[in-house]
Amino acid sequence: MDIIVLMKQVPDTEAPVEISASADRLETEDLKWAINPYDEFALEEALLIKEAREDVTVTVISVGPDRVAEAIRVAYAMGVDNAIHINDEFEEEAFAATDAHTTAAILSKVLDDTPYDLIISGNRGVDDDNYQVPAFVARMRDIPMINMVTRQEIQGNEIICDQAVDGGIATVKAALPALITANKGMNEPRYPAFRAIMKARKQKVDERELSDIGLAPADLVPKVKIRSLAYPPERADGKLVNGANAAQKAKELIRLLKEEANVI
Amino acid sequence: MAKEILIVTEIWNGDFRKISLEALSAGRHLADDTGAALTALVMGENVADKAEALAAHGADTVLVAENPGLASFRPCEFENLVTAVIKEKQPGIVIFGATRQGRELSAGVAARTKAGLAPECTGLFIEAGRLVATRPMYGGKVIATVDIEGEIQMVSIRPNVFEIKEAAGEGKIETLAVDLGEANVTLLEEKIEMATRVELTEADYIVSGGRGVGSEDFTVIENLARALGGAVGASRNAVDLGWRPQSDQVGQTGKVVSPKLYIACGISGAMQHIAGMSTSDVIVAINTDPDALIFKTSDYCIVEDLFEVVPAITAELEKG
Ligand SMILES: Cc1cc2nc3c(=O)[nH]c(=O)nc-3n(C[C@H](O)[C@H](O)[C@H](O)COP(=O)(O)OP(=O)(O)OC[C@H]3O[C@@H](n4cnc5c(N)ncnc54)[C@H](O)[C@@H]3O)c2cc1C
Repeated sequence: MDIIVLMKQVPDTEAPVEISASADRLETEDLKWAINPYDEFALEEALLIKEAREDVTVTVISVGPDRVAEAIRVAYAMGVDNAIHINDEFEEEAFAATDAHTTAAILSKVLDDTPYDLIISGNRGVDDDNYQVPAFVARMRDIPMINMVTRQEIQGNEIICDQAVDGGIATVKAALPALITANKGMNEPRYPAFRAIMKARKQKVDERELSDIGLAPADLVPKVKIRSLAYPPERADGKLVNGANAAQKAKELIRLLKEEANVI
Repeated sequence: MAKEILIVTEIWNGDFRKISLEALSAGRHLADDTGAALTALVMGENVADKAEALAAHGADTVLVAENPGLASFRPCEFENLVTAVIKEKQPGIVIFGATRQGRELSAGVAARTKAGLAPECTGLFIEAGRLVATRPMYGGKVIATVDIEGEIQMVSIRPNVFEIKEAAGEGKIETLAVDLGEANVTLLEEKIEMATRVELTEADYIVSGGRGVGSEDFTVIENLARALGGAVGASRNAVDLGWRPQSDQVGQTGKVVSPKLYIACGISGAMQHIAGMSTSDVIVAINTDPDALIFKTSDYCIVEDLFEVVPAITAELEKG
């Protein structure tokens, strides 16, 4: 069976971000990048299915500029079989100009001639928090989607999943091909060794330009456009709550929360 | 007259979620700005008697869709219904709550109607007759102002950000003929255990514990949360150690919360945790380490053993 993992490279959470002079994108030059944490759960789950069965091929698809090759190398080192990189370097001067509609259109177009029985993606990208690309891909392919999955089981040509819902868990099933999105709790992603990452350099990446998949930039019309980026208002320096002992600090905190912050 | 503004409300545990009233208030504001009519969509089982209350928060029309098949959130059926309503009413603006349900529903509906959707918004305003939204990105490190193209502008809004205001609307009730349509996902079983707990993302007060709590005994944290009438949150470490359920986790791989008051106890303040709580109004941190990173994001910093100071805060609160 063919499993596709939709993977996105995102700015490393721990790295500070800097807004460009044009104020509509991030300064990407010194930015550190990482695989979207939810996509690591997706990758891990695909690999666990592969290890439990005989017949599985795992292909990762990623849309992004040249630097995505780095994330793909990590995915190879983890154990995926193939990688397709849709290089959208043409978009570089308008970083993040592609929105969920355009990203999903690119991914869906690739899926036109890539076989799949199961698509796994993260339930959200932690960069733009869009929560849309997997939903759009599933609708474009007209396949069932199960969101925020914490456990899956393939039975014949059906998939049964536990998914996080408000206040608990729902168990649902759908026919394959289907798309599921990974939630935290699904598994513990493996960390590839540095050596494996170096070795993965030699593995072949199927790199395609938009034109290779029959799309032109003009076909991609983003519907949500970033006008400007700004830093959030800065929090004033934190106030140290003083007191000779814990009881006094507690008393002082309550006073501050009542009289100064007006929150209780 | 401008096209109408549609609010997709959410019922939880027998009543409207707070976010639905927040969305209505935000919608009323926009409706007054543009001269549009404000419509609220209510979906569920036995919800008609609830509908009228929405007029008090500004709804001019309340569309009521009642069906046993809508008793709990089923993504396909809800999506079919909302898509049909949008195709028929052609609203100019649609507002969802950015809840577990609202996120999935809004994405599905945006896909089906090919509309632009700006999710997780924290600000909405009208410019030249069109909606413009602001939303945090990159774990709250930047705030983006975004334009939404197309005939229908969709947004979801972060819970606890928009103020609930009373406002008079006509409150005309319209009952919809419900067609649940086709579903390609089948529910086998649902286990809801925490229906009566304050949902973390809606709580005004959150007391979170981290590895510093030291064990699964969260009694001191729970007592303070109870005294405040709030909810208990946790860092990823506390969750990964099995001390708290995943649903309590705050942060990048957990929930994003914006309470009035967030008290972080024994949490170091890693960026992944900050990403989930930095939009709280007031942040208090309690940590034995005076150099803990969490203090950089806090309004009030207490350098102290949490087991000493948290019970003292609880006692102080209970004194009144
Ligand atoms: C991809 C990824 C995603 C992540 N997502 C999340 C997320 O969603 N949420 C999240 O929280 N983390 C997340 N993390 C983990 C994050 O990086 C930190 O490891 C985690 O937040 C640390 O948890 P902690 O503060 O409870 O534990 P620690 O870092 O161990 O800190 C414990 C703190 O408690 C203090 N302490 C100890 N004893 C006491 C006491 N008696 N009284 C007072 N203070 C005391 C210590 O001084 C210390 O500062 C993620 C990490 C990765 C790599």
